[in-house]
Amino acid sequence: MRENLHRFFRAARGAGVHVSPAESIDAMRAVKQVGFSDRAILRDALLLTLAKSQDEKLALGDSFDLFFSQPELREDPPEPDNDDASQDSDQSPSSGSASEAGEGQPAEALGPLAQMLLSQDRNAIAAAIANAAGAASLSDIRYSTQRGIFSSRILDAMGLQRLRDELDELTVTSPALAERLRAALDALREAVRDTVSQGLALYAREEAENLRNEILRNAPLARIERRQVAEMRALIRQIARRLRERYSKPRKRQRRGHLDVRRTLRRNAAWGGVPFLTAWKRKHRDRPKIVALCDVSGSVAQVSDFFLLLIHSLHEVVDDVRSFAFSSHLIEVSEILEENSPEAAMAEIMSKVGFGSSDYGSSLVDFEKEFMSTLTPQTTVIVLGDARSNNLDPRADILRRISERSKRLVWLNPEGRLAWGFGDSEMPRYATFCSVVRQCATAHQLERAVSDIVATYQ
Amino acid sequence: MAEQKASTSIEAVESGLAAQGYIASRQIATAVYLSQQIEKPILVEGPAGVGKTELAKAIAAWRGMKMIRLQCYEGLDEAKALYEWKYAKQLLYTQILKDKLGEVLGGAQTLHAALDQLHDFGDVFFSKEFVEPRPLLQALEQPGGCVLLIDEIDKSDAEFESLLLEILSDFQVTIPELGTVSAITPPTVILTSNSERDLGDALKRRCLHLHIGFPEQRLEERIVESRVPGISQTLRRQMVGFIHEIRSLDLKKLPSVSETIDWARVLVLLQASELDTDIVKDTLNVLLKYEADIEAASPQVTTFIAKAARSNVFG
Repeated sequence: MRENLHRFFRAARGAGVHVSPAESIDAMRAVKQVGFSDRAILRDALLLTLAKSQDEKLALGDSFDLFFSQPELREDPPEPDNDDASQDSDQSPSSGSASEAGEGQPAEALGPLAQMLLSQDRNAIAAAIANAAGAASLSDIRYSTQRGIFSSRILDAMGLQRLRDELDELTVTSPALAERLRAALDALREAVRDTVSQGLALYAREEAENLRNEILRNAPLARIERRQVAEMRALIRQIARRLRERYSKPRKRQRRGHLDVRRTLRRNAAWGGVPFLTAWKRKHRDRPKIVALCDVSGSVAQVSDFFLLLIHSLHEVVDDVRSFAFSSHLIEVSEILEENSPEAAMAEIMSKVGFGSSDYGSSLVDFEKEFMSTLTPQTTVIVLGDARSNNLDPRADILRRISERSKRLVWLNPEGRLAWGFGDSEMPRYATFCSVVRQCATAHQLERAVSDIVATYQ
Repeated sequence: MAEQKASTSIEAVESGLAAQGYIASRQIATAVYLSQQIEKPILVEGPAGVGKTELAKAIAAWRGMKMIRLQCYEGLDEAKALYEWKYAKQLLYTQILKDKLGEVLGGAQTLHAALDQLHDFGDVFFSKEFVEPRPLLQALEQPGGCVLLIDEIDKSDAEFESLLLEILSDFQVTIPELGTVSAITPPTVILTSNSERDLGDALKRRCLHLHIGFPEQRLEERIVESRVPGISQTLRRQMVGFIHEIRSLDLKKLPSVSETIDWARVLVLLQASELDTDIVKDTLNVLLKYEADIEAASPQVTTFIAKAARSNVFG
C-alpha cells in the first residue's frame, strides 16, 4: 500500500499539486490513522494533508478518483486472488498471476498466461495487468509517444513470449483452442492499452506542464497566442514572486549593524545609563530608486502587458519605484499600479494611454517637463520599448540628459538586435546614452534583466 | 496528545462536536480527528460566517479546554502576540534594589572585581519573572493544553506568519534572553483565513488545509435544527431551500450559515409556520447585507419560495 501511496503522490504532482517529502510524510501518517478501508475518509485525509488551496483540492480530488478507479490499487496483488484456490503450495511465487488450474481446461501444459486467458477470470487478469504494470514501472511514463513501449513491456512481463510460442503450436494441434486464445489475447491487448492510457493521464501531466512552461519561458512574448496569455501571466507572476522572495527579505535583516554605543547611552540616560533600549548602527545603503518608462503603444501592445505586470511586481519588491507609461504622451502610473491588482491596473493604464501610435520624442518631452526632477544620481532608469518612433523626432538629446542625471539607464527592447536601426527603429541613437541595452523578448530574458537590476541594490 | 477525551474515531469527533451544537461535515470531523492524531494545526479557509471560528469554540467546549484567541490585524507584532518585557517592573525593581546593590558590591575593591560580582546577577532582570505572556505564549504554558485560535491570519502581515512557524511546527517559541519555551501539552491550533491575502507556503505546509464552504442542504437543516430548536420541520426545510436558491444568485455577499441561523431565529420569533412572500420580503434584510443585494433578490422571492416548497414535497 505504501508503494501505492507513493504512486499517488506522483500522480498528485502530475495534477499540479506540490507534494514535498515533508507533506508526503504527513499524508502517510494521516493515512496510517484513518486506514484504507473507507475510501471517502481516505480521500478527505489526503486532501487535507496534501492540498494547500481550494483549487489544489479540486485537482487532487480528480486525481484521486482517477487513481483509485484503476485496478492497480485493488489490493496488493498476489494473495487475495489466490485465496479462492486455497492452494498456496502450488503457486509459483514468480508472477503472482492466479492460475485457475481447477477449471479442467483441455491444455494443462499451457503457460500461466494462456490458462488465465482461457479461464476468463477477469479479476485475475486485472490483477496480473496491474502487477505487470508495476514491473514495467508504468509510473515512469512521461510522453504519449511512449505508449507503445510500455504496452509491450507490460505484455512481455505477463509472459507474451511464451503465449506466442504456444499459439504457434496450438494452431497446428488444436486450431479451435488457438482461435479462442487469439481472441482473448486481443482483448488483453486492449485492456493493457487502456491501462497505459490511464497511466499516461495520471503520471505524465507534471512533465508535460514543465515542458510547456519551459517552452513558454523562452517563447517570444510578442508572438504568444491568445490562449497562452493566461498561462504566460501565471508564469510572469511566478517570476515576480521569485524576485520578491529573493530580494525583499534579506534587505531588512542585513540593515542592522553593530551596537551604537553613543546613541544607546544617550537613549538610556533616563535610567542612569542602564541600557534598556538598545540602538543599532544601520548600514548605509543606497536608497533603491527606480524609474520605469514603459511603452504601451500599439506596436508593442502584447509585450507591454507583460512589462506592466513586471513593473507591478517591481513596485512590490523595491520601495522607491516610479512608473510611467506612454505611447504618444506620457503619464505617471505609479499610483495605479500600487493601488490596484495587476489586471485592474493594466486595464486602467491601457485605457488611459495604451494602443496609440508611439511617439518617443514627445513622450520624452513630457517626461523632461514634469518629472526630470525625480531623477537623482542614485536612480536607475529602465525603459521598456521597441524604440520605434514612427519616424518622428526621437529627441535623443533628452535621453542623454536623463542618462546624465541618473546612475544607470537600462533599455529593454523586445525586438532582436538584428532589427535595431532598421525601419523607424531609433535604437542605435538611443543606445549611445544607455548604460545597458538588452534584448528582452522572452519571459526568461525578462527575469534575468529585472533580477540584475534589483540585485545591484542588495 | 491531550488526555482529556482524545477522540478515538472520526465518529467520536462528530458526535462530540454535535453535543456542543456544532454539526460538522465529514471533512471537518476528519480534519479535527487528524489534527489530534498527528498533532498538526488546522488552517480553515472559507467565506465569512460558515463557522470557522465556531469550530474552534466547539472543540474547546467539547474537550473541556480553555480557548485562547489571537485576533490578527495589520501591524500585529511579537510584543502583542507572543511576549513582552515588563519594562516598568524591571525599572521599579532596579530602583528598589539600588540599596542592595551596595551589599552585593560591598567586598569589591576594584571596578573589575565589582563587575565580576555583578555578572552573577546580570540575568535576573531578563528572567521569566519579567515576561508578560501574550496569547501565543499563554497557549504554550497551559498545563492541560488548550485550543489556540489564530483568527483571520490573512489580516496580519507576512512577517507575522514567519513568527508563527516555530510554534506551528514544534509547539515552542524561542525567547532570545530565556531560551526555548516548549508547550507542556501541545495546543490544538486552529487558524482561520478569509483568503484576503495568499498565505505563505511555509505556513500552509505546516497545517492541514480545511476548506469550509456553504453546507449542503441536509447538513444545513441539521445545523438549524440544533441551533434553533423551536423551529418546525416544514419551515426549516423551506427556509434552507430558499437560502440555497438565494446562493445561486450573483450577489455581493452571499448569506452564510450564521445568517441562516439568524433568519431562523427571526422567523421563529415572528411565529411563522411557513414561508410566504410577505414575511420573506420583510425579513430579507436579515439575510442580505447590501441594499443592492436585496434589490437584486426581491423580484425572485416568489419563485424561490415556490421552488423551495416544491423540493420540500419531493425531498
